[in-house]
Amino acid sequence: MVKKIATVGDRDSVQGFASIGLEVFFADEKQDAEKLLKRLAKEEYAVIYMTEKLASMIPQEIEKYTEAVTPAIILIPGVSGNTGDGMRNVSRFVEKAVGSDIIN
Amino acid sequence: MAVMNVNPTRMELSNLKKKLVTAMRGHKLLKDKRDELMRQFLLLVRENKELRKKVEDGIRAASAHMAKAASVMSDEAVEVALMMPSQSMSVDVEEKNVMSVTVPVFKPEYKTAVDGEIYSYGYAFTSCDLDDAVKALSDIMPDMLRLAEVEKNCQLMAGEIERTRRRVNALEHVMIPQYQDTIKYITMKLDENERSNTTRLMKVKDMMLEKAHHYNYDG
Repeated sequence: MVKKIATVGDRDSVQGFASIGLEVFFADEKQDAEKLLKRLAKEEYAVIYMTEKLASMIPQEIEKYTEAVTPAIILIPGVSGNTGDGMRNVSRFVEKAVGSDIIN
Repeated sequence: MAVMNVNPTRMELSNLKKKLVTAMRGHKLLKDKRDELMRQFLLLVRENKELRKKVEDGIRAASAHMAKAASVMSDEAVEVALMMPSQSMSVDVEEKNVMSVTVPVFKPEYKTAVDGEIYSYGYAFTSCDLDDAVKALSDIMPDMLRLAEVEKNCQLMAGEIERTRRRVNALEHVMIPQYQDTIKYITMKLDENERSNTTRLMKVKDMMLEKAHHYNYDG
């Protein structure tokens, strides 16, 4: 099934992704992000790239899609820098599966 | 000793023995599933970490170029330049089954107006930093998509491994010992009944002998 790819974040961080053919959505506030994520998940989006800053505002909303096959919500660093949340997420998977983070 | 609340009968005993066999087999199968999932997960998670590092570096570089471009161009100009992308991307999503975990496989589909043309604007009114930003993002895109696939797989597999591990532990440390203890309890109880029956018969025999022949063991 052919699905679309979305990028969500503040304008400066994500507008560049429009140039390579991804669909870009702007959100700065918690409420906007929640609404947007709900809408995108319902529509045919397989991958949603979201800035770490925005994602850190709506952890519960993102948690809902952990067990779903799509959409995959992938954190990316924004223009303001890398908070390390993305990497921490990966460590969290290892902790969940193995019991402790054995890969550094 | 964790003995279940059952009647010590032969029927319960044979039922429990059957259940124990099933539990042991289930335990072995689940343990194999957990080990295989873990092996695949560890491979994937290593790739995940590497990809993420690469992608984050790539995006940081692209953001730097973008910031430079935005500083020399007006917001409107940047927006106009990026308004009509010359390429569009979508993914073909297929589902794959890895040890009973359904995971997605993403196949990118690129559509470009002109082959190899990634810039959606003429070069006259844009900064070369914008070109660099677009180029950097375009280069990192295949890795980003692979990252999405790998990270989602890791996420789904981590959940499944956790569940499987819980099941294995529950079988190993609760169910199986419980069945074993109960089986032992019923066997002992049945043996005890058997012995008490034998003594009773011996006693009855003595009493009958005494009644018939005035014969007794004591004297």
